[in-house]
Amino acid sequence: MSVDLSQFHQVFFEESFEGLDVMESELLDMDPADVDDETVNNIFRAAHSIKGGAGTFGFMPVSEFTHVLETLLDEIRSGKRSMEPRYVDLFLQSVDCLRGMLSDMQDGNDPETERPAELRKEFEKILGMEQESAAAEETSADSDGKDSGWLIDVHPHTDLLMTGNEPFRMFRELRELVGEDNFDVTADIDNVPELSSLTPEECIINWQIKVTTSVPLDEIKAIFEWVEDECDLTYLPLTGDAETTSDNNVTPDKNAAEEQQPQETPEVATEKAPVIAEAQKSAKPAKAPKKAAESSSIRVSIDKVDSLINMVGELVITQSMLGQLGQDFDLSRLAKLQEGLSQLEQNTRELQESVMKIRMMPISFAFSRFPRLVRDLGGQLGKKVVLETIGEQTELDKTVMEKINDPLVHLVRNSMDHGLETTEQRIAAGKCEEGTITLNAYHQGGNIVIEVADDGAGLNEDRILKKAIEKGLVPENNSLTPEEIHNLIFLPGFSTAEAVSDISGRGVGMDVVRRNIQALNGSIEVKSQRNVGSTFIIRLPLTLAILDGQLVKVCEETYIFPLVSIVESIQIHRSSLNHVTGSQYVMQLRDEYIPIVRLDKIFGLRDEKDVVDEMMLVVVEGDNEKIGIVVDDLLGQQQVVIKSLEQNYQKVSGISGATILGDGTVALIIDISSIGKNIVPVKRNQNRSERAA
Amino acid sequence: MEELKKEIVLPEGDIGDEQQYLTFIMSGEEYGVDILAVQEIRGWEEPTLIPNAPSYIRGVINLRGTIVPIMDLRLRFGLEEAGYTATTVVIILKFDSDNGERVMGIVVDAVSDVYTIADDDTRRPPELTEDDNSDFIKGLVNVNEKMVILLDVEELLMLRMGMAATPYSIDED
Repeated sequence: MSVDLSQFHQVFFEESFEGLDVMESELLDMDPADVDDETVNNIFRAAHSIKGGAGTFGFMPVSEFTHVLETLLDEIRSGKRSMEPRYVDLFLQSVDCLRGMLSDMQDGNDPETERPAELRKEFEKILGMEQESAAAEETSADSDGKDSGWLIDVHPHTDLLMTGNEPFRMFRELRELVGEDNFDVTADIDNVPELSSLTPEECIINWQIKVTTSVPLDEIKAIFEWVEDECDLTYLPLTGDAETTSDNNVTPDKNAAEEQQPQETPEVATEKAPVIAEAQKSAKPAKAPKKAAESSSIRVSIDKVDSLINMVGELVITQSMLGQLGQDFDLSRLAKLQEGLSQLEQNTRELQESVMKIRMMPISFAFSRFPRLVRDLGGQLGKKVVLETIGEQTELDKTVMEKINDPLVHLVRNSMDHGLETTEQRIAAGKCEEGTITLNAYHQGGNIVIEVADDGAGLNEDRILKKAIEKGLVPENNSLTPEEIHNLIFLPGFSTAEAVSDISGRGVGMDVVRRNIQALNGSIEVKSQRNVGSTFIIRLPLTLAILDGQLVKVCEETYIFPLVSIVESIQIHRSSLNHVTGSQYVMQLRDEYIPIVRLDKIFGLRDEKDVVDEMMLVVVEGDNEKIGIVVDDLLGQQQVVIKSLEQNYQKVSGISGATILGDGTVALIIDISSIGKNIVPVKRNQNRSERAA
Repeated sequence: MEELKKEIVLPEGDIGDEQQYLTFIMSGEEYGVDILAVQEIRGWEEPTLIPNAPSYIRGVINLRGTIVPIMDLRLRFGLEEAGYTATTVVIILKFDSDNGERVMGIVVDAVSDVYTIADDDTRRPPELTEDDNSDFIKGLVNVNEKMVILLDVEELLMLRMGMAATPYSIDED
């Protein structure tokens, strides 16, 4: 077997992480008092696949660790032991530990050994005697085989061939291992029926292999590793005492065949993996960890791919139709041409939509980690908490999902720590003893909305206000509405937690959450009612790759404003601008003063003397600050595909990216929040109450 | 002058320590870049300005869906500006950086030739203390009694200029 296995590593890691997720969610759902067989089987299967895969790829620490875990699971599965809550905890810890080991190895580092060793000891303690005897067996096996040989009985199950395993290959490999002279195989054809009743797909022959070799038994076993669940294998030492070292004497098991499946997928479905593997190889070691984490692949349902193929088919037909039309074109066929072109337009749009859909994943991927988080945190805080998730099938862009994870975790932790009261307080307030955290996701317009709600105490306006005044974030005598007070918690440097706890309140707080969400072109707001609870509402664009843009013209250049950030556009006269200091202008717009940014000036496009009197002002809101941006002209609105400027150049201040317009030229996309930030002076408090919804 | 893609047949395998260089002319001098770094050769097209970029970055163009910056090598090397016509040549260079492949176009006067040059024949450039452009020079070599200046594509494309020349900083937090 000279196949380069490293190309399958990425797939192995992904499947193992999926397996761990399965184990985790099954463990969390499980009620130790009343264990469903199917649940244990699922956990066992996942663990077994990880062990098998890890063994195949030579990740010994993982496969050894999973082995003890699997042993305990097997005993529970076979009814030798019953599930206990402490086992669940231990299993959950092992899942974490495995996850850590795997991601270490994915980054090309050696996995940590301390934690697995600790957990392993615990498992061994539980397993007690069995473990010792197994260890003894192993040592005896090792010493016995040194200079003699083995008699191997291979009794394949009839479905061996169906799983894609070919015994002769294994025999050949074994022969290569021990040398031709030392290898002797006899076939036992007693079970072979009459030709008329023979099923060609079934394996009905048993073999007895005699090898005289000093090769350790482990290496011989390794050859049969792939089929150990489809075969009854018995290894008998040839010389010396007749003690039978029986290993892997697994009874026929329907599940076994299924378990084998995941290990085989690497060979079929890995179009992306080799590329990734190569990318990792070429990356410098120091940079490798980051790379590995980012270049993840995506699983797409066959339906989506099929519909894509259909559309490409249509596109090809339209293209050939247009091609034919173009070969000998005259004006009489103009109508046909127009028809073809509109068909092409539709095909393209459909194709674009389906391609975008490929990047969409149900939000359950992000939600799935919360049951565990809530369980652990609840235990830590001594609060009884129920987690409800709604709308898990809501789809959003994979990149958005990855980036929304941390803010969500932060919000849920916050809600559990600060939002929900202690059990005693809840009973005193006449509420149900168990607090509820609700995660809700749904589509609204072109956005996805994610709500994190708790039925806790709600925000304490007095305390927030007091704190905000203390920190100088708002003036002392203000007339803020409750909503405005609630939104104060998003200000930088604001944290009301009286004691900095381990769970939240490290001072990073909500402003980081808000900044992360804004980086995704999203927004966050909070609704709260005393003693009823608080709800954090996150609005995000469905995708980061496409943006609704307003095209504007400044001098001869076209720029794009994200449509979501535009509040209004007005025609103004130069005289309505007030000069404040230096080069800073403000303008009175109704009852507020908004700072004015001149794109032509900050981008160095035009001399001061060329300024015209009549100008167009686009009022935008970024980072909760309104600013007016002076442009020459408003052009159309259109969806633009966002392209990176940094990839080949570098970050440009005030620009968030670039796009390609219909005529093939490049237009730059204005970064509203950074343009605002750098032009708006630091004095930002008095306008705080003007926060637009 | 659309795309003057040059088909260059590479020698089979690596023959000793030889490399092929594509050379171009600027202000009468001949410069060479590693031919494996050359993606294609194009004609000049008007790029989109990048705000507050240094003068030698002429802007960005759309190269089949990729945003590619265009650098005027004359201006980069402090030579006199030559203006752009339909026959101005843009060489698209690429190299693998830590953050993936980087692509950039350089504007030169004219493309000259392809030479196979042994590494042993290249000489280190003299220390040019007065000129920070010497960082770009990988070596000097004599081809047919004429000097060719070999450029280090990676140094050239990495743009180690920080955020200079911007009127305001974007230091957050």
